[in-house]
Amino acid sequence: MDLAGLTVKAAHELLKSRQVTSRELTEAVLRRIESVDDKTKAYVTVTSDIALRQADAADKRIASGDAAPLTGIPIAIKDNMCTRGVLTTCSSRILYNYKPVYDATVVERLAAVNAVMVGKTNLDEFAMGSSTENSGFFASRNPWDTEKAPGGSSGGSASAVAADECLAALGSDTGGSIRQPASFCGVTGMKPTYGRVSRYGLVAFASSLDQIGPITKDVTDTALLLNVISGKDPRDSTSLDVPVPDYTKSLAPDVKGIKIGVPKELFGMGTAPEVASAVWDAVKLLAGLGAEWKETSTPSVEYGLPVYYIIAPSEASSNLARYDGVRYGLRSKDSPDPITMLMKTREEGFGAEVKQRIMIGTYALSAGYYDAYYLKAQKVRTLLRRDIERAFEEFDVLVTPTSPTVAFGLGERVDDPLAMKLSDVCTIPANLAGIPAISVPCGFHNGLPIGLQIMAPGLGEEIALRVAYAFEQNTDYHKQKPNL
Amino acid sequence: MILSREDVSQVAFLARLELTDEEKDKLTGHINNLLQHFAKLQELDTDAVEPTSHVIPVENVFREDKARPSLPPQDVLANAPESQDDCFAVPRIVET
Repeated sequence: MDLAGLTVKAAHELLKSRQVTSRELTEAVLRRIESVDDKTKAYVTVTSDIALRQADAADKRIASGDAAPLTGIPIAIKDNMCTRGVLTTCSSRILYNYKPVYDATVVERLAAVNAVMVGKTNLDEFAMGSSTENSGFFASRNPWDTEKAPGGSSGGSASAVAADECLAALGSDTGGSIRQPASFCGVTGMKPTYGRVSRYGLVAFASSLDQIGPITKDVTDTALLLNVISGKDPRDSTSLDVPVPDYTKSLAPDVKGIKIGVPKELFGMGTAPEVASAVWDAVKLLAGLGAEWKETSTPSVEYGLPVYYIIAPSEASSNLARYDGVRYGLRSKDSPDPITMLMKTREEGFGAEVKQRIMIGTYALSAGYYDAYYLKAQKVRTLLRRDIERAFEEFDVLVTPTSPTVAFGLGERVDDPLAMKLSDVCTIPANLAGIPAISVPCGFHNGLPIGLQIMAPGLGEEIALRVAYAFEQNTDYHKQKPNL
Repeated sequence: MILSREDVSQVAFLARLELTDEEKDKLTGHINNLLQHFAKLQELDTDAVEPTSHVIPVENVFREDKARPSLPPQDVLANAPESQDDCFAVPRIVET
């Protein structure tokens, strides 16, 4: 049996009925990593020893008759989430040697149910990018075509899930960084409502936008992970004190009477015809299952990109001020005095994209420009939120492409920052509005996956999951596997 | 051009980034491109609009003022590039 190819749910059934041990499952995943990771370059660090130790602990728990849905399941963690004693680099030279002395809350929660951590996945440095080519170490690759980008910034996690180098993964999403790579790699990815999942131990990029979420092989697995990672955490004061429902209860393949809005602006901005037609086919399929749909307009989403590219770098320039060569990470060898130490450490430690964003953010926040850029962007953010909230007065979900195109070639957009950023045009609004959104595979073009995005109102994860599940259960795109 | 090369140098200093000449040239181009793109926002009248700094209205999240266990000094210093006597060590700041 191809154990590494299993979904979380299928593996859980085998573990629970004692047909397979977590050790066997984990060894199968580690062997898979061994055989394909030189092609996908999904992992920064593979934690084999820890994984096998955790697998044995999981097997003991299962033997005692207590198998939670994630017990013994091999999971990958994006390398911007703190893991105690295990390198957490953010794919940046400035954190090349950083071993946190504490676990992120999500990592703790996975450990509490005896999930197995198989490794830390590659990302665009500090999660800034849409292709994983901005990693300070190496670019990850798309399992469907290793000359193509896996998307980003959670490209390592998406690539690992698609290539069966783990059963599921965690990513983080600031402007699309879970959904766009999930779309490019033909897997399922969800950004929950802002505050649904604790950000404690997630290395901060843009604190008002960042959110952790699952990347999985299907919608059921997304619900299973969400059940474990969601909930209030006293260590993250922005985490929501709202009860966590059992998300698997939303997995009913029934969309009768569900009202779907299709925001026309998000089809207008560079959407490739093959992507538009796959998404329209998806809408029609859902309509065939009893959903109602209508085109709608959310005009201010057209301003999403500039708003995002002011707010995110502004917050980043402040968050990344902590990298000073004093408490952790790199310190330049050329540090004769404190100011030179700061300036040289940051010059040597940060890559080009990170520097560019720190510069933009510093400028947008500086005296004399604050009103014109940062404040203006925050005000337009309000308009965008209102447009989206208004749409949800009429519709249960909004459906768009996840990305306007299928995966682009490695190197193709590196020198064209605007084209690179355009790939986030459909995903950014959910971050700015703080709402949940899921991407599921909805077709292929030239052998590359296309993603369908389903957005729901704040804390509307259940309705997004239900529509995604109904679509998935009536298609087989999620069952297709790349040839590696 | 909205931002000159000198402006870029000044912003880099504010951000404590020591950029090379080549980086300054490249960034001057990049940043000006983006700023032009941002100009689109000026199309919108936002005089009467409240800014959104956060999507959920959270204010002053308090907890009880009670001491809790914190990290031991050796953990705090575990990642320090240099440390001495339970302190982070940095190049001399004060002239003697």
